Amino acid sequence: MSDTHAQTVAFVRETEIPPSPPPAMEAGAVKWVRENLFSGWFNTIMTLVALYIIIRIVIGVFPWFFNGVWDAGSIRECRDILQGTTGACFAVLVDRWDHLLFGFNYPQDAYWRPTLAFVLLIVAAMPALFYMYIPSKFLIGTALYPFLAYWLLWGGSLWVPIAVLAAIILTGVVFRLVEGMTVSTRTVVAGIVGLAAGVGLAYLLYLGAQELWFISTSVGQAGLFGTIMSLVFKLCSVFTYVFFIPMGIFVGYAIYQSASDGGLVTVVTSLIAISVMMLYGVGPVSSVLNGIIPIELEAVESRQMGGFMLCMMLGAVCVSLSIPLGIVLALGRQSDMPLIKGVCVVFIEFVRGVPLITLLFVANVMLAYFFPPGSGLDLFLRVVIMITMFSAAYIAEVIRGGLAALPKGQYEAADSLGLNYTQATRLIILPQALKISIPGIVNVAVGLFKDTTLVSVISMFDIVGMIRGPIQQSTDWISIYWEPYLFAATCFFIVCYSISQYSQWLERQLQTDHH
Amino acid sequence: MKKSVFFGALATAAMAAGVAGASTLDEVKARGTLNCGVTTGVPGFAEPDANGVWQGFDVAVCRAVAAAVLSDPNAVEFVPTTGKTRFTALASGEIDMLARNTTWTFSRDVDLKFEFTGVNYYDGQGFMAPADLGVTSAKELDGATVCIQTGTTTELNLADFFRSNGISYEPVPIETGAEAVQQYNAGACDVYTTDASALAAQRANFEDPTAHVIMPEIISKEPLGPLVRHGDNEWADIVRWTLNALITAEELGVTSANLDELAAGSDNPEINRLLGTEGDLGGMLGLDSDWAERAIGVAGNYGEVFEKNIGESTPIGLARGLNAQWTEGGLLYSPPFR
Repeated sequence: MSDTHAQTVAFVRETEIPPSPPPAMEAGAVKWVRENLFSGWFNTIMTLVALYIIIRIVIGVFPWFFNGVWDAGSIRECRDILQGTTGACFAVLVDRWDHLLFGFNYPQDAYWRPTLAFVLLIVAAMPALFYMYIPSKFLIGTALYPFLAYWLLWGGSLWVPIAVLAAIILTGVVFRLVEGMTVSTRTVVAGIVGLAAGVGLAYLLYLGAQELWFISTSVGQAGLFGTIMSLVFKLCSVFTYVFFIPMGIFVGYAIYQSASDGGLVTVVTSLIAISVMMLYGVGPVSSVLNGIIPIELEAVESRQMGGFMLCMMLGAVCVSLSIPLGIVLALGRQSDMPLIKGVCVVFIEFVRGVPLITLLFVANVMLAYFFPPGSGLDLFLRVVIMITMFSAAYIAEVIRGGLAALPKGQYEAADSLGLNYTQATRLIILPQALKISIPGIVNVAVGLFKDTTLVSVISMFDIVGMIRGPIQQSTDWISIYWEPYLFAATCFFIVCYSISQYSQWLERQLQTDHH
Repeated sequence: MKKSVFFGALATAAMAAGVAGASTLDEVKARGTLNCGVTTGVPGFAEPDANGVWQGFDVAVCRAVAAAVLSDPNAVEFVPTTGKTRFTALASGEIDMLARNTTWTFSRDVDLKFEFTGVNYYDGQGFMAPADLGVTSAKELDGATVCIQTGTTTELNLADFFRSNGISYEPVPIETGAEAVQQYNAGACDVYTTDASALAAQRANFEDPTAHVIMPEIISKEPLGPLVRHGDNEWADIVRWTLNALITAEELGVTSANLDELAAGSDNPEINRLLGTEGDLGGMLGLDSDWAERAIGVAGNYGEVFEKNIGESTPIGLARGLNAQWTEGGLLYSPPFR
């Protein structure tokens, strides 16, 4: 039985036949093309149409790039070189390269400073962006970066940012000190701080009431609007007059009462400490130190900044300020305390209801009326405040969406573990809510970065302002159009696309659901 | 410290009295620089060059004033302003004077409370159209689409012109001159209208200038000049007479070439009064006697400034036209220095 076939079959194969390669039509690029581009008559037509359009565009645009003139002193020289053939005049980028990057007013021998600040920005951002791979002690460098960058960009004495940094550290020390006191010591501190804060607040309110009355008499009573404005100011003034002493007593007493749990008194003491140091300490200390060991760079005013540097500065500062502010606003809007909730809701809804360009005009034009000439806030600072307020309101709403998406059980679980509000928010609520909010936050951040070009309407020379003003309107490059805008678009695309890629990577990193 | 700075300034602003506090001359001298408002860029009139140094016809007025007041033509802080921010910048005191292609009109002078200190360029609004459109007069433009810069007097003039001639048009509003030219060349509008000087300058830089015609009609008067705030007449006098000094210098033949020679004294008493070798005109202004010599010394007289920045030898290529001296058929007529 067993050798029945031994004679009938000449050959028995003992290994499997190797798989033959798939038919040429079903493998590799051909398969991909067949499946994706020519899978039916409709797709075939669409593919051919698309191919035709792409080829036409390439044929049309290629000579423009290929014939591009890179070496010419003006648009007329470009035309002479091109002799009527199609071609771009990239010479404008070469000629005005520095202006596009740094603005036309930044001192030329100081270009290394913003360049270094930019490189350091990338280095300093690394520990925060890739915190899962880089030890957290490197975050100290990230925290120090703003002070160094300020010094590099604006110049002046190095001791100013150092003094500000020292003031912030000292405030932290004060905070820890008051927090760690025994209740009896803290009662004494709370008494003193409460008295000082109460009297100070009452005095400020008294001054404010006087001013409000003064304004009410000076807005004029011509017309209905004037009368109403005057009445409103008078009402505010009377209200403030009535309440300045009770408010002072109330706040002072509240601070005194908080001695046992230490929340309010700690915060108020730290606030008083930092304002006193900022107002009276930083200036003299830094000038004395600079007198002993002078470390100075040539000072550059905000007005002299421009180009893509200005966009990067505004973008980096405003994004990094508006995310924490947005978190605070979002938490405030969810708060059970009516005053905090009210303030946050009014702020968010007001800012979201106003176009950014209006806020920028207020920052540039209206505030110039309010501050006497020369003593006003720096223009850059004013713009930063406005853009930060604007994007913080949007980020707050994005984060509120994240908070709302958390199941109620997460809050209850935090409570049942005995965590207090700060612990629960920091350890349980925010990590989850922020993870959900990442796409939204990045969306706002990218939008904010591109919105920085709006400052060109208030005659700040960011890259678009540089192109629209000094470059297109110069005798040499009169009416040049496509080349500089193409350059600006490329710059923005690089940055925005990187942000978007990072956020997608971060989302994958934070993925905890299993599939 | 009775009143906080913030509220004090708010109240001052609310009183609509501007911020004319201390005399502008003293402020400028104490500061050591002149804050001069200019455009964000108009070819030939104000533009930063490749090194970031401001050049141009309007810029020359700022430098002349700085030279007269501070003895240094470079002691100027140029504050770029847009059509929308220029007046608030001046009213709020951010700038001491505005030299920015600004048309002298009744409402700006009276209602906005500014003081125009003279005219440094007589302009007028014109039309440009492609030659193959076959239009020879602006009155044939019935139904045309017109590219127009917003926020300027040209917008109002255009409406007036078409209404008074009983013809219709469709405006294409545009923000800056460069965009307007781009739109016009791309065929987004049949006609481009703005000041004739700007039209000529833009056309001179077209690839084929002969393919475009500028209509003979000039539909408005656009006297462009420097301006200051109401309420400080001494400062207005300084700006006004610095400009007049440049114009008078051309009339009297004082140039940057012979300035040193004439400043030593000459036979012409008016030149002597102008350059401070006779009389005390500088002292009356609150300046020293060499003020006009320094102002002229920056870039020469009015004619030289014109030729260097926007004249026929430059790519802008403007003829003197209305801006010639009155003795040569133009409108430049400076009051006498005596």
